[in-house]
Order: sequence, then C-alpha cells, then structure tokens
Amino acid sequence: MQDFASSLDRSIGLIISGDAELWAIVLLSLRVSLSAVVIAAVIGMPLGAALAVARFPGRQVLIVLLNALMGLPPVVVGLLLYLMLSNAGPLGMLQLLYTPTAMILAQVVLVMPIIAALSRQVVETLDREYSEQLRSFGLSRLGSVPTLLWDGRFSLLTAFLAGFGRAIAEVGAVMIVGGNINHVTRVMTTTIALETSKGNLALALALGTILIVLAIAVNAATSLMGGTARRLAHA
Amino acid sequence: MRDLRLPDPRSCIAATPAVRDLPIAVQGLRFESGGKTLLDVPELTIDAAGPTMILGPNGAGKSVLVRLLHGLLEPAAGQITLAGRRPDRAARIRQAMVFQRPVLLRRSVAGNLHYVLRIRGVPRAERRSRVRDLLAHGDLAGKGHQPARSLSGGEEQRLALLRALAASPEILFLDEPTSSLDPAATQRIEALILGAARAGTKVIMVTHDLGQARRLGQEILFLNAGRVEEQTPAARFFPRPASAAARAFVDGQLLV
Ligand SMILES: Nc1ncnc2c1ncn2[C@@H]1O[C@H](COP(=O)(O)OP(=O)(O)OP(=O)(O)O)[C@@H](O)[C@H]1O
Ligand SMILES: [Mg+2]
Repeated sequence: MQDFASSLDRSIGLIISGDAELWAIVLLSLRVSLSAVVIAAVIGMPLGAALAVARFPGRQVLIVLLNALMGLPPVVVGLLLYLMLSNAGPLGMLQLLYTPTAMILAQVVLVMPIIAALSRQVVETLDREYSEQLRSFGLSRLGSVPTLLWDGRFSLLTAFLAGFGRAIAEVGAVMIVGGNINHVTRVMTTTIALETSKGNLALALALGTILIVLAIAVNAATSLMGGTARRLAHA
Repeated sequence: MRDLRLPDPRSCIAATPAVRDLPIAVQGLRFESGGKTLLDVPELTIDAAGPTMILGPNGAGKSVLVRLLHGLLEPAAGQITLAGRRPDRAARIRQAMVFQRPVLLRRSVAGNLHYVLRIRGVPRAERRSRVRDLLAHGDLAGKGHQPARSLSGGEEQRLALLRALAASPEILFLDEPTSSLDPAATQRIEALILGAARAGTKVIMVTHDLGQARRLGQEILFLNAGRVEEQTPAARFFPRPASAAARAFVDGQLLV
C-alpha cells in the first residue's frame, strides 16, 4: 500500500511537471490512433453506407461477416500484419515493421470494421425514412450515399468515437507490429504493459490516468457537441 | 375568396419546356401487398393539359397510384408508359413529387432548396437568387437558416412544395400538399401550383378539398376502393359526377 501511494504520488508529479518522455508517448499515441481512425472512417463510412443501401445477393452474409469482424482480437490482427510486413512477407520490401506507420495500419484494420458496421446501421435506419424521397429526386441507390452520410452526421460521430476508443485502448496489435521501441513506437498502452512488468509503476499509473481522462473527455466533448448540434439541426 | 395580391409565381420557376412525357398511359396496372390487391387500374390515360385532380375517400389508393405513376412502387402487374416509352431515371428526373408526409432533409430550410438545385445541376451562382425567390414565394423568407425539421406542419408542406418546384419538373405529383395549411397559405400555394401549371408543368394532385379541386382542376379522377371510378373533365364533374360513388362522396362532403 505504501508502495502504491508513493507511485501514485510520483505519477501525479510526472503529469503535472510535464515530463518530456511521458508527453512524447502520449502524443505518439494520439497521432497513431487519430490517423488510424480518420483513415478507417474515410474508408469505412462510405463502405458501411453502400452496404446499407445496395441490394445484391450475399449482402446479408457480408453484413454478418462485418459484424463479426468488429470483435477481431487485436493480437491476431497484429500477428497477421506482422507476417505480411516482416522481411519474408509479401509487403516486406516496404520496411514498415516497427514503425508508427505499421501501427497505424494495424489500427486501421482493427477499427475499420467497427466504423463500417456502425455506419451501416445508422445509414440503414436513415434510409428507411429517406429512400422514397431520394428516389424521387432521381438518385440511384449508391448515388444517395453522400446525402445519407451527411444527414446522418451526428449519429456517425458515435461510430467515429467508438473507433477511437477501440484504437487508443488497444495493446496487442501495436505491440506486435510496433515492437514497443523506446522513443520510436512506444505508445501509452504498450508502455503501461512494459513498465508495469518492470515494476516502474509511477510512469504506468501516470499513463493510465491520462488514458482514462482522455476517454472520458473525448466522450463528454462529443456527446455535448453532438447533442447541441443535433438539437440545433433537429436531427 | 378575396383577391390577395400575390407575387407572380412564374418568376421563380424556370419555364418548363413542353412536357415530353405525356400522355401517361396505364395498362392492366395492379398493386398488391400482403396478398391484398390495393389498386387495380385496367386502363387509364392522363393527357389533359391542365391539372388532373385525384379525389377519393381515405384508403382509396390515391397515394399508391401517384407513387406508382412516379415510379416509386413496383406494380404486381401491368405497365406504365410515358409518351409510349417505359419510364427510366431520366424521366423521373423530369418529375417531382410532394409526399403526403414530406421528408425534409436534416439541413436548413435554404439548404433543402440548395440541395435540389445542386443535384439538378443549377450553377452555384444562380442558386442563391433562385433560393431567395423560392423562399419569398413560399412566405419563408425569414426562415432560410432555420433547421428544416423545426418548421411547423404547414411550413413543412410549403417547403416541400417549393423544393419540388425548385427542380422545374415537367410533371409534378402532389399528394395533399395543402392538408395542414391555413386558408391564406393554401391560397398562396394554389397560386404557386397554378403558376407552375401555366408555365407548362403537368400537375397531378391528390386532394380532399373539393373547392380546391374545382379551383385548380382541369379533369377529375375519382378513386374508390382501389379502382378508378371515373375520369371526367372538372366542368362536368362538379355539377354532377357520373359515378354513384363519386356522387355519394361529393354529397357526403357537402353535408359535413
Ligand atoms: N405498402 C403497403 N402495404 C400494405 N398496405 C398498404 C401499403 N401501402 C398502402 N397500403 C394500403 O392501401 C390502401 C390505399 O392506401 P393509400 O395510401 O393509397 O390511400 P389514400 O387514398 O392515399 O388515402 P388517404 O386519403 O388516407 O391518404 C390503404 O388501405 C393502405 O392501408
Ligand atoms: Mg394518401
């Protein structure tokens, strides 16, 4: 208990004093996860929307598959990507292993199904209300995707957030393809895992605190912002 | 009705070229749902130059008919041709419809109009002034920035009609577009509809308001229980409808 109290004490000191190493790790985490979520959203939202409006054989199977992919274990994604990126792998010549780019890639793979699946639900619900009107405007099914995405923007914010929450909190995938190299690929989660096992509880606790505060802050901000905007737009 | 001074409705509606999709011809048209035949129209031709008004009791199939004609529903049997051709998307783009329950986009009032002008390819520079004119004609000038979904029921209907007119349709389907409007707003909307009709748009309109049907209609289509009971020029329908069902309907309305 004595130990925990002093660790906590020192961890608060680390946060308040603006410890350079700590903040470098936090910034890299944000850079990796935000890039991954933005990329995943740019791909996943139109994909989910297209799946919501298109009618083709096998669509239901695809939806089940997509929903299943939401629960992809991060370590498995890490492992598969590792095999692709390692020197012997098909993408080996890109020399991406143990770089932040590899970590972004891993999180894109992890988060994209979540954003796509949630977007599909949002757009499908909206489309039930809009489809006759959009058809009347002369839009094709796929042609109505941009309209549906824009008019569903407040609900889609939730999908974006869910993706970010998953990315920033994930350890397994970034650990494997990033390698947890000091000053290069160490992010909050991998540092916590490593420092805890080394017994350096102060740094681990400091990062854990930041991670939790971040999660709460992002959710609070968006629900506030989203709620206000939604009310203003009467969406 | 007193003569209010109305803006010339034609000024905000780009002149429509001669309607190239008339006549609308229906052959052996049937629509079914859940094993029930909701609409059965062996033969129907809509060709009159002026507005065609569709009358009939609740559940007669009026909305189903206009949605079929507009190509939103797939018939169980039969076909619809526009000037002898099967309708395609290009034909639908020359049409517009105001639904019985308007679906307004989750955007501002002006945004809803901008949207339609944009997908119809109206140049950006022109859109602003067109939107301003349209809003003025629908008496919504002060509400351009308001979210469309916060409008009152009557304002919603007005915006839905303006949005349909914004596309300068050749054929305009209207499903009870004035059902929740006050008398003054109804009169303005009727002026807009008449303006569009005079500018060359073929108007096909469902209404429950006999006075409105008389004011606007060139011909009357009377539906009952999924069937077209009669199609009569308005001038002949109003003194005395030909079918017994229409007579009962008109008498009932007059008694109420
Ligand atoms: N998709 C559908 N599935 C089942 N029944 C339907 C469907 N669409 C319409 N109906 C039924 O078909 C009948 C005709 O409907 P429609 O909406 O055309 O009536 P209407 O003449 O427009 O009536 P109102 O004056 O009340 O608007 C109604 O009994 C309605 O319940
Ligand atoms: Mg109806």
